[in-house]
Amino acid sequence: MKTLTTTALATLMALGLTTAASAEIKIGATVSATGPASFLGDPEAKTLEMLVEELNAAGGINGEEVALVLYDDAGDPNKARTFATRLVEDDEVVAIIGGSTTGTTMSIIAVAEDAEIPFISLAGAIEIIDPVKPFVFKTPHTDRMACEKIFEDMKARQIAKIGLISGTDGFGASMQAQCKAVVGNYGIEIVADETYGPQDADMTPQLTNIKGAEGIQAILNPGFGQGPSIVTRNYAQLAIDLPLYQSHGVASDGFIELAGAAAAEGVRLPGTALLVADLLPDSDPQKAIVAAYKTAFEAKTGTPVGTFGGYAHDAFRILTDAITRAGSSDPAAIRDAIEATSGLVGTTGTVTMSATDHLGLDLSAFRMLEIKDGGWTIVE
Amino acid sequence: MSELMQFLLSGVTVGAVYALVALGFTIIYNASDVVNFAQGEFVMLGGMITVFAFEAGLPLPLAAVVAIAVTAGIGVALNKLAIEPARGAPVVSLIIITIGASIFIRGVTQLTFDKQLHRFPAFSGDDPIQVLGATILPQSLWVIAGALAVFVGLFFFFTRTLTGKAILATSNNRLAAQLVGINTNWVMTLSFALSAGIGALAGVLVTPITLTSYDVGIALALKGFAAAMLGGMGNPKGALVGGILLGLFEALTAGYLSSQYKDAAAFVVILAVLFAMPQGIFGRKSTDRV
Repeated sequence: MKTLTTTALATLMALGLTTAASAEIKIGATVSATGPASFLGDPEAKTLEMLVEELNAAGGINGEEVALVLYDDAGDPNKARTFATRLVEDDEVVAIIGGSTTGTTMSIIAVAEDAEIPFISLAGAIEIIDPVKPFVFKTPHTDRMACEKIFEDMKARQIAKIGLISGTDGFGASMQAQCKAVVGNYGIEIVADETYGPQDADMTPQLTNIKGAEGIQAILNPGFGQGPSIVTRNYAQLAIDLPLYQSHGVASDGFIELAGAAAAEGVRLPGTALLVADLLPDSDPQKAIVAAYKTAFEAKTGTPVGTFGGYAHDAFRILTDAITRAGSSDPAAIRDAIEATSGLVGTTGTVTMSATDHLGLDLSAFRMLEIKDGGWTIVE
Repeated sequence: MSELMQFLLSGVTVGAVYALVALGFTIIYNASDVVNFAQGEFVMLGGMITVFAFEAGLPLPLAAVVAIAVTAGIGVALNKLAIEPARGAPVVSLIIITIGASIFIRGVTQLTFDKQLHRFPAFSGDDPIQVLGATILPQSLWVIAGALAVFVGLFFFFTRTLTGKAILATSNNRLAAQLVGINTNWVMTLSFALSAGIGALAGVLVTPITLTSYDVGIALALKGFAAAMLGGMGNPKGALVGGILLGLFEALTAGYLSSQYKDAAAFVVILAVLFAMPQGIFGRKSTDRV
């Protein structure tokens, strides 16, 4: 119901039926609040609405109110493109946040670059910011970074031969390719490489084959959605006695619940500080930020906070920080200010952008987590 | 040896899931020649309603019964509100109506419940059972037993009971069926209720294995439909055998060939079977006795 109201409101705003009382800065967003990627877009939409409310209650940016024009592209790249065009031409926004998936992001990029409007993407693929495009930024770590973080941990545990079981969805396929691209840098060899469909109900044949691979020491599962939960359950069913690594795609409490605490025991994955907000030491620079976001989000929506909403949180913070520093709402000035972002603490890490780096995160932003007794622990 | 056994057990587990969905297709097809593409949504509703009733505090068996009853009601509503008013329309139009209904049900579910994945505990725990060096989960046995029970039930229903035969007669020739005194409206209502109920039962049985969310119905319907086509549309025996075969193809391809080709191999086999036997393995002969 909430989404429907939001969409209706957004549409009303777009049609100009609601008029703003005072001067305002218009920020555009198109996310996948419904459709197959709704588990990404739904918390993102809720986060953006919440943050705009908070910001306006605190007096806006430099005394000006912020208005959010939010569209739901339902994960459809064509719709995302249409909405991006509408944001630029009809709504005259100063910047765009959104693109929950890599697909929708790619179609927004074309529009944002043409119109020279800053765009902060919430999607994972490295292609978004590599090569660097002048007006395009993003907040989530790339899947390549997730692979690197995992391989670092494997190397530390002296694991040299691993099996890969990847989902064939966009996320799984992309991360599988990235992992294969960087695995050689860590002296690790992939001795088994299997896949599964995103809606498959049983992965025991693939796991049986991986289990039987010569000299195998660990299993890595790039993927998200139901697949990784079922892989974890099957892995317990087959009593495979190897370390199991999952991707950041499943970094949420829901994963432990779906996979079952017993099956998920000992699973390691790279996650953000958000997931372990309570475990962070007080000295951690991210502690205050993630705790504030977690408390506010959970109080407002009644649902547990997740990594994806955190991406939207960071995008909004980067943007409002840039507008504040730019002291103007001119898109070109905002772009320059975003590029000059330095030491901004978000939920995914500390962001320092440059002309050659439109992501601004390093590997330290990822925490290696391990599931113990049905909860998260930080591996150091 | 233990590897082959594991592939077979995996195939039968997944195949039983497909078979349960395919069995649901059988009844509505038998009554009306319509392939009901909302069948996957019935399965999804069975799982989702059980999850939310269970989380609301109902004991699991009661939650399952509630889910099956509510879904059967939705099946009846689908017939009354969407299919019956369009009576006389070509079968293709009716099939398109079911596709529309499936999109509608998915949308309403997403708004009433949520968009997250859910599961509830397996009926008999999660401790795997050892079979000749391979393992199977107790829940898989529930699914297999469920598929067999529904199959036997439907088999007797269609061959031994007057109501079952009335359904077949309605399918064969609606006018002739009316002339011999069969209430064809009632037959249609009954078949939608039964089909939805069976779909929901499938959802209840498979959710601990496959997990559920508002959009799992599409993939299940597709695989269930493929299984039904393979076995022969409208025949419970065909649905059961088609489902298990499809599961076995997938598991053996993933095990011995490559998991990349799993889905493709299964569909290639189905196409090959349909080329050789256009009616499916146990399909009805195309000549009808009048």
